[in-house]
Amino acid sequence: MRIGVITFPGSLDDRDAQRAVRLAGAEPVALWHGSHDLEGVDALILPGGFSYGDYLRCGAIASLSPIMTEVVDAANAGMPVLGICNGFQMLTEAHLLEGGLIRNDHATFICRDQVLRVENAATDWTSGFEVGQEITIPLKNGEGGFIADDETLDRLEGEGRVVFRYVDVNPNGSLRDIAGITNARGNVVGLMPHPEHAVEPGFGPDTPAAMRSGVDGLGFFTSVVRRALVEA
Amino acid sequence: MPTIVVDVMPKAELLDPQGKAVAGALARTGHPGFTGVRIGKRFELIVDGPVDDALKAQVQQIAEEILSNSVIEDVVGIHYELSNAELAEEAAHAAAEHADTGYVAPAGETH
Repeated sequence: MRIGVITFPGSLDDRDAQRAVRLAGAEPVALWHGSHDLEGVDALILPGGFSYGDYLRCGAIASLSPIMTEVVDAANAGMPVLGICNGFQMLTEAHLLEGGLIRNDHATFICRDQVLRVENAATDWTSGFEVGQEITIPLKNGEGGFIADDETLDRLEGEGRVVFRYVDVNPNGSLRDIAGITNARGNVVGLMPHPEHAVEPGFGPDTPAAMRSGVDGLGFFTSVVRRALVEA
Repeated sequence: MPTIVVDVMPKAELLDPQGKAVAGALARTGHPGFTGVRIGKRFELIVDGPVDDALKAQVQQIAEEILSNSVIEDVVGIHYELSNAELAEEAAHAAAEHADTGYVAPAGETH
């Protein structure tokens, strides 16, 4: 399986996402925002970072990049697309996911190992988890407050499209503790925390077993790889 | 050159953490009378050409679809700022356009 990771000007975690893809047993393909070519990949990752320095609004200018035309078409045709942090912001700006992300309610950047509860284990990126499972992956953002109007929030919850919720601490003022959501089809997932930073022992969050041994993020990438194998 | 000013504000019902921080600073520095501060954005679009209805429609679309995100923000104003020379030229243009109908543009008429 070939998974494209799109680099935008100011992307920060594109290389980490590529590494996560490799560790999950797939081939990462580096894609460039200025191109119109998805190079025949089977899935896409929009990585974290600060595209265009967060100018205008986080992810707004990147969502107007040339390659986003193809990303939107591919997403609407069912290709698995994962937006992490800045990538999540791009997906909302591109109207592939509802809601928006605003400055953290405490107005400061936050970086912590964050516990999440899996609310939907049927998406392309979460099928390796179980509903109710708690996972710990790093979170690092300044503008991660998820907001939408009440009607949209009710609809997201009613349709089971809230994929992750923050547990113990709501780190950014997100409404209803929402950390990540999916589209109706379940192929597009966006979340603020960073699964690609918890994929290899020695570099992940601390666990009761050992320091930096957390690899809960790997499940995102193995989920989409397994889905491809099942379909093949 | 004509300048088009677009004002965008965070939606009134949303928390504005930046504004809240500034309001806190005002209170700390001996300005207790201000109960709230909200921070928005001002865009200045410079155009090289006439400000006609087509351009205004284009600006409206840009303001709603690119300069703001309707999920979190509102476009609260679009203003057209012209220099005195441009105002005079526009008045003359309008007068010429309406010469056959006897219309005379009032001084200082703008869009």
